[in-house]
Amino acid sequence: MVDIKEFAKREVKLVGGHRLCAGCPAPTIAKLAMMASDKPVIASNATGCLEVSTTIYPYTAWKTPWIHTAFENTAANISGVEAAFHALQRKGLIEQSKGFRFMAIGGDGGTYDIGLQSLSGAIERGHKFVYVCYDNEAYSNTGIQRSSATPLFANTTTDPTGHVRKGKQELRKNFTEIMVAHNMKYVAQASLSNIQDFIMKMEKAFKYTDETATFVNVVSPCVPGWGIRDGDAVMMSKLAVDTCFWPLYEVEDGIYKLNYNPEATGQKKPIIEFLKNQGRFKELLKPENSELIARFQQDVDERWEKLKKKCGV
Amino acid sequence: MKQMPAKSEIKALTGAEAAAEAMRQIQPDVVPEYPITPQTQIVEVYSQFVADGIVDSEIVRCESEHSVMSVAMGASVAGARVMTATSSQGLAFMFEPVFIAPSLRLPIVMNIVNRALSGPINIHCDHSDGMAIRDSGWIQLYSENAQEAYEHTIMAVRIAEHPDVQLPVAINQDGFITSHALVNVEIIDDKIVKDFVGVRKPAFSLLDAEKPLSVGMLDFYDYFFEHKKQTFDAMERSRRIIREVFDAFAKITGKKYDMAEKYRCDDAEHIIVAMSSACGIIKDVVDELRGQGKKVGLLRIRVFRPFPEVEVAQALRKAKAVIILERASGFGSYSPIYNETTAALYHYPQKPKMVNYVFGLGGRNFGKSDARKLFEELEKIEGEFLDEKNKLRYLGVRE
Repeated sequence: MVDIKEFAKREVKLVGGHRLCAGCPAPTIAKLAMMASDKPVIASNATGCLEVSTTIYPYTAWKTPWIHTAFENTAANISGVEAAFHALQRKGLIEQSKGFRFMAIGGDGGTYDIGLQSLSGAIERGHKFVYVCYDNEAYSNTGIQRSSATPLFANTTTDPTGHVRKGKQELRKNFTEIMVAHNMKYVAQASLSNIQDFIMKMEKAFKYTDETATFVNVVSPCVPGWGIRDGDAVMMSKLAVDTCFWPLYEVEDGIYKLNYNPEATGQKKPIIEFLKNQGRFKELLKPENSELIARFQQDVDERWEKLKKKCGV
Repeated sequence: MKQMPAKSEIKALTGAEAAAEAMRQIQPDVVPEYPITPQTQIVEVYSQFVADGIVDSEIVRCESEHSVMSVAMGASVAGARVMTATSSQGLAFMFEPVFIAPSLRLPIVMNIVNRALSGPINIHCDHSDGMAIRDSGWIQLYSENAQEAYEHTIMAVRIAEHPDVQLPVAINQDGFITSHALVNVEIIDDKIVKDFVGVRKPAFSLLDAEKPLSVGMLDFYDYFFEHKKQTFDAMERSRRIIREVFDAFAKITGKKYDMAEKYRCDDAEHIIVAMSSACGIIKDVVDELRGQGKKVGLLRIRVFRPFPEVEVAQALRKAKAVIILERASGFGSYSPIYNETTAALYHYPQKPKMVNYVFGLGGRNFGKSDARKLFEELEKIEGEFLDEKNKLRYLGVRE
């Protein structure tokens, strides 16, 4: 268990004053992630909400070395930084210090979609960095367009709910499993609602970069995108976990572990509890669309059962 | 026989191998790479150097050229000396980060082995790839042969990393014609090259947790323009630095380069303006015609960016007729150097008639007979009335 009081005393490397939406969990995810590192962090950031809102020239909210160049290449950027570190250290061109931890961070658009290739390549090449995805389930920075992380039936501006089509018709990509297939030492799914679990996972993710790249996927409820109140991101994260929409699990050295089982604690809730407070699923709540909710529940159940098998539960 | 500078040796190398040989001597810290014809040989040869322990570089074997340039930027921001190579579709695929590197003022050096851009797909030489990044902010040199590809690569490092420049440099050579032809290349002594390029001394590095940098921030209308202006100014300053580096290079090799090479231009009435490998052929024909008493010359653009406007105007203004011969077309306009050259001469009261010839697209061969034909054309052009119907011509294309 992490001593939260002690943890809170650690230096904060992403400070306030940035221009993210009120209630956005993305900066909290980034901040806590970096606080879990045992060494100074060099951060690479994909284009997106976090990037544009924290570094509007001439101001920056980052008190750690930070680089952004484009949308789809944050894993390649951090690869280059990491390669340079090794080359310059070997040649004695930089002072031997206690070293760094390398972290790339991006939203689901920059991770699941446009950045998948560069991320996959960087992992395969053996660069040693943590990739953190703050998954808000849409292209939120540009005004909530559909991504491959957008859930079934969600309303987005490029796959809107209309008279004949009820939002996204396809299932969301199971990205964490794509990452598992890369044979990293550590892959995990986390949520701010379970903060101890999240910090523990980030600590492991950083430490395992001694050996390989690592990946942590964090659900990041988007206030305007999900159509929720600006104080509700953590509550929505909890509902995502308790409905088994966003299971908390880790794959450590190839071994699956379910970190929290809401069934076992009697906390498991039907998916409607997750859907009903979100503007993007408003259409689903109409009585004539109850079949759609059943379909959504079926997908959640199928994924949950598969995961439990993998975790030996 | 031409006297060779001290401590050099002749090696039989292709143009691609010559570029890799320069990289071996420079020993960059980080080399991100991805194969693409006809550049592949550069990264193959360099990878073998690494595998054999001849060089101590971090090779980053990327999954695409987009990542190659993205790795290059990350490594360069971290203070590393970074070199890579690409061609055609590879350059097109890295188009986005190619424009970001100069804006971050990163002295990355890249060999481009010129190849026609698709479509249709074609692996052979033209300059459509190089011309696609002409306004990207990269300093761009075009090499006539393997020797120059080698020498330009060495000089590029000093130009790029000069504190007054801090811009990436692209060294172009013609795909297959130069990159795959085995020729004698005069290789300078390793130690002399090592001293010439020195060690990169970056003003800033991302590898400093005590003084953390934010690199690549969001830049709105209140600062964007000023930051762009700094890059424009650096490109202007690079003219002086390029000449200084050419002079420094002359001290070790005895070869004095200019941004544009005037080959028998001084009293020439008819001049062809061109770049890269075609110029070797044109020089032979210039010599042949000079032997017949004809006043002909070649103006070869070595540095395409920054464009040597004054040198070009000075070399051409007294000529009677000029052909700008390019392995690139400009859909809906003229090809790039024609526009640049006519603009360079516009304010001079005396200027030649100028015709734009597109040639050699997709690797179509260019030989001495073609060069002779162009000089014959120049005699006619001198007396022609030029308008939009006949200023743009295509050499040897079947109608």
